[in-house]
Amino acid sequence: MMRLPGPGVAASAAFLAVAVLAAARPSWLAADPLAADPLHVLEAPGAAHWFGTDQLGRDVFDRVVHGARHSLAIGLAATLIAVTAGVTLGVLAGLAHRYADEALTRGFDALSAFPLLLLALLFITIAGPGTAGLVGAIGIATLPHYARVVRAQTFVVRRAGYVTGAVAYGGTRLRLVARHVLPNVLGPVPVLAMIGLGEAVLAAAGLSFLGMGPQPPSPEWGAMLADGRNYLRIAWWASILPGVVVTLTVVSLTVVGRHLQHRFEGRDPR
Amino acid sequence: MLRPVLRRVATGLVVLWAAATAAYLALLAAPGDTVDSIVGDGADTPQIRAQIIDEWGLDRPALVQYLDYLARAARGDLGRSYLLHRPVSAIVGEQVGPTLRLAVLAAALGIALALVLAVTTRRPWARRVSSAAELVLVSTPPFLIGIVLLSVFSFRLGLFPVSGDRGFAALVLPAVTLALPVAGVLTQVLRDGLDRALDEPFAVTARARGLREGAVLVRHALRHALLPAVTLVGWLFGILLGGAVIVEQVFGRPGLGQVTLAAVTAKDLPVVLAVVVLSALVYVVLNTAADLAYLIVDPRLRGSR
Repeated sequence: MMRLPGPGVAASAAFLAVAVLAAARPSWLAADPLAADPLHVLEAPGAAHWFGTDQLGRDVFDRVVHGARHSLAIGLAATLIAVTAGVTLGVLAGLAHRYADEALTRGFDALSAFPLLLLALLFITIAGPGTAGLVGAIGIATLPHYARVVRAQTFVVRRAGYVTGAVAYGGTRLRLVARHVLPNVLGPVPVLAMIGLGEAVLAAAGLSFLGMGPQPPSPEWGAMLADGRNYLRIAWWASILPGVVVTLTVVSLTVVGRHLQHRFEGRDPR
Repeated sequence: MLRPVLRRVATGLVVLWAAATAAYLALLAAPGDTVDSIVGDGADTPQIRAQIIDEWGLDRPALVQYLDYLARAARGDLGRSYLLHRPVSAIVGEQVGPTLRLAVLAAALGIALALVLAVTTRRPWARRVSSAAELVLVSTPPFLIGIVLLSVFSFRLGLFPVSGDRGFAALVLPAVTLALPVAGVLTQVLRDGLDRALDEPFAVTARARGLREGAVLVRHALRHALLPAVTLVGWLFGILLGGAVIVEQVFGRPGLGQVTLAAVTAKDLPVVLAVVVLSALVYVVLNTAADLAYLIVDPRLRGSR
């Protein structure tokens, strides 16, 4: 029996749709994020400026909308790296000989022994701040999530009848993996990646809050918070509203991700 | 009993070695010459360069340098700061105090809050409200929590100092900031554990003896629910340390996080490496200890493998 998703899931999905639109076509939703207006500095939210203005008189709403591109793109690229590397290494570990498997698994353990933020900071010390460093750092730090799940799936799949059958039928190993193993281990990955995307967006916002992300004046949610923090006493909106948007994005990703997970696992989505 | 213990300790050591090696590889992969990094903005003559190469042993084969690094790291010598020309261990040792105070208070607050929330929100409506709150807490960037607390309690109400590390009052808001996301995750884990424990036959027996539901929950189910939470100790440490970097920045507190940030900005690689390797060490020690505690508590695990 199909059940309609609840209002929470629907609202989250709607929010994500707007966020994606903002990232893809920011000019449809907002004006120029860099247009400074010295006559309207640090104005409270109102009809003219929904989210108020910042210390240079730039519209905070316009900046949040344009910031979606940076924040979501960083999260998406990092997740893509983590999924690609994680799936590859996970399948390798799952198919490999006992010792190679053990070595790879300990490698994943070693990688998860570093706190995400510190590993990312180490990476940035070497590669330098900016979007590329951020993406690489978060991607590498989160790859063990996917690698572990895929390794466990590969263990199950390699013993399945159709794989034994395909081995008996002959053909190259690469073809065997690509045609029979890979499609069957990928099942849980998209949903995991959706929840992981939230984590990546959160980490990216944290690092750019620390000044390690895209450099000013380009609008990025974490960097906007760091900027507005200095004016917190007189203008809370310039820092808190971009932060609320980060939270809404991550909550929406988690809610939709969990809903899909429950549906995928055949449990009743609450 | 001895074999599984040795196995877990050995695994911990291997993971630690891999982490140290990964950190060393990072050092090698860093662009630019090590000598340039050490010279920095100081006087730069061929004599000084030769002296640095001699002093740091940079003319030896890479493999020898790597083994030397491992041997020194095992003795607790994590090298010298490029920038401050002092042993990294001294720099870290001076700054670990404030961060430790912050992390311990935050962990205590987070765990206490999670225990109270998981036990008291058993009714369906309370559970729904609490679940929503947990989701929001887990999804909120820690700096936002910090900034909201600052703006309400320091700027509006004037209850707590805005920044610094003077006295207990300055510790409250940073610790609460760190504790809230921790409480969010732990409450979810504890609630799942309680649900599972209350379905077990022992819960039925306890109820049949006429025990009140609250007593079943606290005296019997909670112990079982705590077990899976113990495995999270390594994760908890990582969250606290990573969070401390951000919280110290928001509240202008001194500590390990500020040292790390300054080192990242100045490309002072030995300091960053030391903090990262040290955090991996604590993570591995905590996780191994949790594994061993499990062996003691749960005899069923001793036979496996």
